[in-house]
Amino acid sequence: MTVFVIRRFLQSIAVLAVTAIIVFIGVYAIGDPAEMLIAPDASAAERAQVVASLGLDKPLWEQFGTFIWNALHGDLGRSFVFNRPSITLILERLPATLELTLFGLCLALIIGIPLGLISGLNPNTATDEVIMTGSILGFSLPSFWQGMMLIMIFSVWLGWLPSTGRGQVGELLGIHSSLFTLDGLKHLILPAINLSLFKVSLVIRLTRTGVRETMPLDFVKFARAKGLSENRIVFVHVFKNILIPLITVIGLELGSMLAFAVVTETIFAWPGIGKLLIDSIMRLDRPVVVAYLLVIVSLFIFINFVVDVLYSLVDPRVRIGEAS
Amino acid sequence: MTPVLDVRNLSTQFMTRRGVLKAVDDVSFTVGQREIVGLVGESGSGKSITGFSILGLVDPPGRVVSGQILFNGQDLLKMPPAAMRTIRGKRIAMIFQDPMMTLNPVLSVGTQMIETVQAHDRVSHTEARQRSRDALGLVGIPSPEERLDSYPHQFSGGMRQRVAIAIALLHRPDLIIADEPTTALDVTIQSQILFEIKRLATEFGMALIWISHDLGVVAALADRVMVMYAGRIVEAGQVDGVLTEPRHPYTSGLLSAIPAAVPRGEPLRPIPGFAPSPLSRPSGCAFRDRCVRATEICSTEPALEIAAGREFRCFHPHVERAA
Ligand SMILES: Nc1ncnc2c1ncn2[C@@H]1O[C@H](COP(=O)(O)OP(=O)(O)O)[C@@H](O)[C@H]1O
Ligand code: SF4
Ligand SMILES: [Mg+2]
Repeated sequence: MTVFVIRRFLQSIAVLAVTAIIVFIGVYAIGDPAEMLIAPDASAAERAQVVASLGLDKPLWEQFGTFIWNALHGDLGRSFVFNRPSITLILERLPATLELTLFGLCLALIIGIPLGLISGLNPNTATDEVIMTGSILGFSLPSFWQGMMLIMIFSVWLGWLPSTGRGQVGELLGIHSSLFTLDGLKHLILPAINLSLFKVSLVIRLTRTGVRETMPLDFVKFARAKGLSENRIVFVHVFKNILIPLITVIGLELGSMLAFAVVTETIFAWPGIGKLLIDSIMRLDRPVVVAYLLVIVSLFIFINFVVDVLYSLVDPRVRIGEAS
Repeated sequence: MTPVLDVRNLSTQFMTRRGVLKAVDDVSFTVGQREIVGLVGESGSGKSITGFSILGLVDPPGRVVSGQILFNGQDLLKMPPAAMRTIRGKRIAMIFQDPMMTLNPVLSVGTQMIETVQAHDRVSHTEARQRSRDALGLVGIPSPEERLDSYPHQFSGGMRQRVAIAIALLHRPDLIIADEPTTALDVTIQSQILFEIKRLATEFGMALIWISHDLGVVAALADRVMVMYAGRIVEAGQVDGVLTEPRHPYTSGLLSAIPAAVPRGEPLRPIPGFAPSPLSRPSGCAFRDRCVRATEICSTEPALEIAAGREFRCFHPHVERAA
């Protein structure tokens, strides 16, 4: 296990380094932030002064060197727009995005797993048909359209839930989150549903397929022959086997949810890093874009690591195979 | 003495898209207390489905369509599901063919044994674990205490089958149905397992239905043998009698195909042809297009004849040698 952790850690460093290079080149090759920041009527001298103060007059390799050196000291540059450290901007807004993503993921699991189980255990019944049709809708309707429909129905027509912004943030055991106030929850529900709808469909299908593939296996029949209750068979014998593909896919999808939060945050004006990213791209605020990408990559790496550990906890063939 | 199991006119069918498949067709037999009965037949003849029918484990689209399965006098087919669950694994246990597939790969052997104890007896985890450990010891698994914490993939095929046998023994059932438990194993391990099961069945006074496609294995083990062909029992009787003096042409065909039963120097003669597709069996005797003795009358149903403890279904049986 220790060897595994160290190996994964070194891999992660390498991935981060490569990402840093790609991101830097990609971002710095596009556009000229000076155009955006400097008033069109500014004099040439003023112009040169701003460019110099931002370090934009130096050669690209030197900018990169400075960038890496500073990055190693936790400094990913100052936002041109806010004139504050870009990493601070990202970290300030990260909790809002994580809250949205994790809550969305929980919704996807809480709704998707039971529906998938019901579908898989009653294949080709009316219930199954209804659930599967619903999941096709979840898959095929575009996320932004779903979001607008949610706002239409629940905010505009019914007036039940607010459609923009993050609500009041409460504190519990030192954790700050919208989950702890009613106002916060109300604001969170619509964006979280929007973000999770696609994943609900995915979880339903994964669970259903898992059930359908596992139920006919010999060990399920053997479990019946032992006289176990149907509950024990479904929730222990079958479910533990389904968890393996579920964890793998959910881990991968958590990353894509973080990425898709960009769309949801834009629709619902959710003050997370996704919205910040879009705003920063519009304003060519390079340091923020770079900081965003590096933080997201770090999160991806961390999630993958957690998935691997969970995976080995659930599947003894992985866990014990490594040891011997 | 009443038999442990009395199966009467059991028919199990699969409602497939291509028609009704008669997997088990009007099968009747009994298993006496402490008796070891062999159920023999080619692959697809309906042996496993017979076993699953007894335990109420036929999966859709299959269904037991008629008959009675009297277990200690009680009809299992009339039993509500909850009551049936208290029989499965407790009074009747089953061992499956492929030990690589019968244990759940993600649960430890201990978990899979302890849950079996606790499914039927309200005992503490500690006691259930003790009983599981003892059962593992009984079937010859070394250091059973540690092995309880192992997972199936850490056992060889033979050892996994021993675990399955240990699970079957946990409640000392009245009847064990062993569905080709050695077919998937190496020959040397086959005979060990065979010997082990016979020893344990005798020791605990359990009745045993031993399913096999191999008459030789059954000869070594069983008191009585039933020969199954195309969903029906075509011949049944004491092992010695059936093997030395088969009455049904299919039985004699099986015998001349196994090395141990053929006199030295004579060639092995496998039965020509293949078992008919279960969806399109010939009318009358299903064996007739492979049978050398077949005549016109064989296209009608041969009745069950019972003579001197022997049962068979054939119009032209081999004659009994004069006693
Ligand atoms: N799930 C199923 N669906 C359709 N037919 C089946 C199914 N299971 C078994 N059968 C059919 O039932 C017949 C008897 O099968 P089985 O009892 O497994 O034979 P065996 O004697 O080899 O154990 C076979 O013809 C098989 O094709
Ligand atoms: S009934 Fe006819 S076809 Fe069938 S086994 Fe006897 S002789 Fe052969
Ligand atoms: Mg079989």
